[in-house]
Amino acid sequence: MSVRRTSGFTPWLIVVLTALYFVVPLVATAQFSLAEPGGGVSLQAYAAVLRDASFWHSLRFSVLVALAAVLIGLALVVPAAYWAHLRVPRMRPWVELFSILPFVVPPIVLVFGIVRLYGGGVGPMASPLVMLLASYGVIALPYLFRSVDNGLRSMDVPRLTEAALSLGAGWGMVLWRVILPNLRGALLGGSFLVLALIMGEYAIASMLGFNSFGVYMLLTGENAAQQAAALAMIAFGMVWLLIGLLQLLGRGDISANAGAR
Amino acid sequence: MQQGMERVDAVLVPYSGAALRHRFLPLAESAIWFAPFLAFSLAFLVLPAAGLVAGSTEGLHGPTLRYLAQLLQPQYLMAYESSIELSAVTAVLGGIVGVLLSWAVVAGRIPRLFRSTLLTFSGVASNFAGVPLAFAFTSTLGPVGMVTLLLARFGLNLYRDGFTLFGFAGLVLTYLYFQIPLMVLLITPALEHATRWSEAAANLGASTAAYWWHVGLPILRLPLLGAMLLLFGSGFGAYATAYALTSGMINLVPILIGQEMIGNVVYSPALGDALAVGMIVVMAGVFLGLRLVQRGTRA
Repeated sequence: MSVRRTSGFTPWLIVVLTALYFVVPLVATAQFSLAEPGGGVSLQAYAAVLRDASFWHSLRFSVLVALAAVLIGLALVVPAAYWAHLRVPRMRPWVELFSILPFVVPPIVLVFGIVRLYGGGVGPMASPLVMLLASYGVIALPYLFRSVDNGLRSMDVPRLTEAALSLGAGWGMVLWRVILPNLRGALLGGSFLVLALIMGEYAIASMLGFNSFGVYMLLTGENAAQQAAALAMIAFGMVWLLIGLLQLLGRGDISANAGAR
Repeated sequence: MQQGMERVDAVLVPYSGAALRHRFLPLAESAIWFAPFLAFSLAFLVLPAAGLVAGSTEGLHGPTLRYLAQLLQPQYLMAYESSIELSAVTAVLGGIVGVLLSWAVVAGRIPRLFRSTLLTFSGVASNFAGVPLAFAFTSTLGPVGMVTLLLARFGLNLYRDGFTLFGFAGLVLTYLYFQIPLMVLLITPALEHATRWSEAAANLGASTAAYWWHVGLPILRLPLLGAMLLLFGSGFGAYATAYALTSGMINLVPILIGQEMIGNVVYSPALGDALAVGMIVVMAGVFLGLRLVQRGTRA
């Protein structure tokens, strides 16, 4: 069935007006970041940001933590989702439920709850880094579960598994050499979204006292308005890059949820 | 002998090892696969949430509702009101604008290239939130923002006329920057599905209005509701955008919770617990609504 297209003026009006709403802040930010006090254009704000050692430190920290969160999330979700698909379909709704439950607990509440439960104690759980990674792992679950689940649905899990087992593979080998390579596309989609989300995350990192990229942006922006604008453009470029790569891979599901706003 | 038997067995019944283990130890074996995931969720999601509930209902001498009753004090009640209002307003506005935009691109005579651009941009913009978004809007509509200065040149002084980016209206304008694209991403598949029926309706002689009233809206009703609930949740949980924009000077529940804790120190635990439990209760309501909507969509 073909789509009946609405001719006329209204669709264009809507598109132009919303495009204005979305483009104007970007233009304004770019202009603000490039403006020179006496008039004219300069890249000074960008140079100041890129020369700042804390910029690189915080960025590196956030990238590493985001990657760690993705790995933790995958190590938890892949085995559970795989086994549910293969042997215990009854468990699938439970795994799904636990994976989307983070929606009910906003990031600020999550970190508050984790600090309240473990923060006062001793041992590894009371370490801020453990609490940070744990929070980010929880935040990553919905995205990773959705992409892993979609990936598993699109392949014949039992047949692949039986084939591999009958050729003498152990379970570790099945997961590592058979299931994961087939999941690659689906995994990349979810992982990129999580990376984009956690790299600029502010609430959890600041509560736990880390100098993450988000925290660095806020501290810098409070003192230097032009650098704030430059950082906003850089952050926008990074998200654009990650989502662009995701789209290029063509398998991403780019809808988001409560996440780390 | 024993070894030989096993080898024969392995040839005849290729994956008997796994099958045997499965038969005799199904529970133990499944546990290994699910345990890390469930233990992690329990330790870092369920228990912390349960801890908050416990902390907000346990007094020195047994259970108490004293802490939760604190939420009825004007300051906290107003924080919930503004948080809910902000999320509801941005969910409805973002929902309406998002649907219109999605409809314009799906059903209007707009070049195809535009459609994929819109979807990619929506993916970017819905993830462009928090601190950098607040900076972008400050550059635009702050006291010396580009648009503010531009309007001033035409004699419209926003800040003299009572507008401020750092209050409720400013937050609404800023939140819409991620709410509208989120709506576009969530609703475009459903809209495409719905417009496919418009041709059929037209062939049967339905007017555009009749199509929307009898076909389009009934198909879209639940997806629209579900998407708006998600938008509400995304606005309600937002912290960084509001904090960066107002320097924490706005009475919203996430901001209040943030104020209760610096580093590992929590100032007044019972109050923080109560505030957090309030948020979980609201989000749980949204979540249940979503589940009902999803069930309705499937049926």
